[in-house]
Amino acid sequence: MSATQGPITESGTPATPDPEQPSRWNQAFREITTGNAIISVLAVVLALFVGGIMIAFTNDGVQEAAGYFFSRPGDLLREVWNSVAGAYSALFQGSVYNFRRPSFAAGIKPLTETLTFATPLIMAGLGVALGFRVGMFNIGGRGQMLIAAALGGWVGFAVDLPYGLHMVAALVAGVLGGALWGGIVGLLKARTGAHEVITTIMLNYVAFYLVSYLLREGFLKTPGSNNPKSPATKATAVFPDLLGSTYSLHFGFILAIAATIFTWWLLSRSNLGFQFRAVGLNPHAARVAGISVKRIYVYAMLFSGGLIGLAGINQVLGTTTSGFGAGLDSGIGFDAITVALLGRSKPWGVFAAGILFGAFKAGGFSMQAAEGVPIDIVLVVQSLIVLFIAAPPLVRAIFRLPAPGSAPRRALPNVSQEVAAK
Amino acid sequence: MSTVAPAVQPVLPAADDRPEFENVKSWKAPIALGVFTVFAFVLLVVFGREGVSTMRLSTTSDLIQLPDLELPTRMTGIVISVLLLLIAGVSVWLVQSRRKVPIWLIAVFAVLFLIGFLVWAAAGESIPVPGLLFGSLSLAVPLIFGALGGVISERVGVVNIAIEGQLLAGAFTSAMVASLTNQPILGLVAAMFAGVLVSMVLASFSIKYFVDQVIVGVVLNVLVIGVTGFLYSQVMAPNAALLNQPPRFERINIPLLSEIPIIGPVFFRQTLIVYIMYVAVALVYYGIFHTRWGLRLRSVGEHPQAADTVGINVARTRFWNVSLAGAIVGLGGAYFTLGSVGAFGKEMTAGAGFIALAAVIFGRWDPIRATLAALLFGFASNLQNVLSIIGSPVPSEFMLMLPYLVTIFAVAGFVGMSRGPAASGKPYIKS
Repeated sequence: MSATQGPITESGTPATPDPEQPSRWNQAFREITTGNAIISVLAVVLALFVGGIMIAFTNDGVQEAAGYFFSRPGDLLREVWNSVAGAYSALFQGSVYNFRRPSFAAGIKPLTETLTFATPLIMAGLGVALGFRVGMFNIGGRGQMLIAAALGGWVGFAVDLPYGLHMVAALVAGVLGGALWGGIVGLLKARTGAHEVITTIMLNYVAFYLVSYLLREGFLKTPGSNNPKSPATKATAVFPDLLGSTYSLHFGFILAIAATIFTWWLLSRSNLGFQFRAVGLNPHAARVAGISVKRIYVYAMLFSGGLIGLAGINQVLGTTTSGFGAGLDSGIGFDAITVALLGRSKPWGVFAAGILFGAFKAGGFSMQAAEGVPIDIVLVVQSLIVLFIAAPPLVRAIFRLPAPGSAPRRALPNVSQEVAAK
Repeated sequence: MSTVAPAVQPVLPAADDRPEFENVKSWKAPIALGVFTVFAFVLLVVFGREGVSTMRLSTTSDLIQLPDLELPTRMTGIVISVLLLLIAGVSVWLVQSRRKVPIWLIAVFAVLFLIGFLVWAAAGESIPVPGLLFGSLSLAVPLIFGALGGVISERVGVVNIAIEGQLLAGAFTSAMVASLTNQPILGLVAAMFAGVLVSMVLASFSIKYFVDQVIVGVVLNVLVIGVTGFLYSQVMAPNAALLNQPPRFERINIPLLSEIPIIGPVFFRQTLIVYIMYVAVALVYYGIFHTRWGLRLRSVGEHPQAADTVGINVARTRFWNVSLAGAIVGLGGAYFTLGSVGAFGKEMTAGAGFIALAAVIFGRWDPIRATLAALLFGFASNLQNVLSIIGSPVPSEFMLMLPYLVTIFAVAGFVGMSRGPAASGKPYIKS
């Protein structure tokens, strides 16, 4: 693609060959159309469009109308519109605001559901993103969440503590559990050089079977029950509701915001975060600069695992307090990777991506219930969004936007830096 | 490359920044062997079980019937513990005299350890050895195809996290096409096309748009799970009789070879896909290390600038080899629907792609070693199946956990600093 090659050759030329400024509107237009924000918006539009095609193609009404397309083409168009608009309006009403409800308080409930779904995604996404910034790929979200839930959950149902203190104790236990499970990976990488992709995948399975065993025969077993499920969390440890008991939004969302601020501070304001980023950009240079790369690997996995552990304990103390099984992570550990990628491994980016994916999750269920569109379409749309955002030249080519390099007197870095989200 | 000795790290705490010399004593292997020996001693001798363990070596349909092997459980445990101790001792001696512990010694150790464990677990029971191995191979087939694709892709410089997606796409397409046409061969071809399609997306995004390869891989997995899940619920499940009842491959007994005791029933009474797999392993190995194609492929993966300088088109080489890798992985996907299960199910690959990826790294980007690693995973999964039938003395969860724990130990202890192709994961931006 010529657009990708253009800026590379031009980046070396001296800036401002032409002293005359174009109009401010023109400049503003160029900044908007070549910026990252427009790419993100267009990527979402494009992904929804592809999803719409899939919904329309598999809809029974559309297929029927396609049979007599040449006699009444209007029918086909109407059916396509009905199926796609129906699905997406159900998605919107299930995730943001439901117009069919009588009052605002009832209508806004889907939005609180979205935030509830987003909470663990944000927490775990932050953990994965932190790993990315250090150059480590943490696929171990599932295991870290399970261990966190096992330790924190045990404190939650087996220990007697006063209200408030109990919650804090369970939280700390959970975060420590996640950090421990992540720290093993960091330690193995630092000590023996074992590849973190292998060890995290393996530890996922180890954690799954360990927790399954503990639920069946160990200290997580509910006395007198054969169900592999833990006892319910005690009321003293459960997260308080934020908006009263009619909404499911709980204190975990505040924790997610706090975790985002903490990760932002850690990565961009702290000494340790500087070392994290240095190792992530170039471990050899970091080592020459006197940073102990191995130590940083361990710390990074401790923090990464701790953040993902927060997501695990959030599920036990906030979302499902009636006891958990071995399937508690329900794919969040893997979704977190996409969230981190969409958020470009930046804390607030992850926060926004988490809310977007939370909305898809909340809306997806109501779309499946109302329109019969399988929730898997949400996965398609989510992955397409990430794919398109990662490749700005593709989106520009589709919408015929000007490439950044073609803007007058703006020497831009070459495209590979722009897409390097890791 | 695989011939380079893994960078060894002394276990001394202060040695972090010491330059790495080739002849530094690496105590990792002896320590790991020692740990396993102690573990074996505790399990086989201290917690030794009484009774006789029977190993059934022949199936009823064999021409040559081998007698059952009856081993006194405790005595065998003691003998094997002593042998393990000897090997660990030899490894200490080798490292002491600044020599490397050869890989075959570790392999012998592993096999002895496994036999010891099997005998211990089967006290008072009998284990059908050919059945155990046959099941292991069956479970390993998709992993091996996945690992071969992963090896090719990474050797040419593109990290392939999308193995899972390629397997799933292959499984879905082969089920659909084979059901529609009633021809399993066509299903196989369709699976290859599906794998190539996923690969081409991976290749074009990572080669043309320089998107981070790990990102594309992860996202493609989600995309394929989404697309196949959506189409399964919307199209396939309502018309299951038409679209999801693929004919399965028949087992083909190879004359003569299939009558060799133990080996015959395991390797030569398989379906067509498994025979294709044997050929694929051999071809990929020979191709990568002994042909011009392989040399070019490796040079592009190790040092694309150098390859470009001598006139190899890096982007094109990467694109077509990643596509080829997709075709191979797609075959593995077809095995799920046309070989083992017999119908497509949502997310039926269940993480096999990630295990295959682990096999690639475990096997140090070498097709043969990756195949062996995949076989190990298959064996470990099937061991649990067999032991749960005869009533394992260990809780089943721990048995299921075992392969993954062994992998962690192995990767930490024996493989160590595994070094992939130098340019793997990096886009080549020609300037």
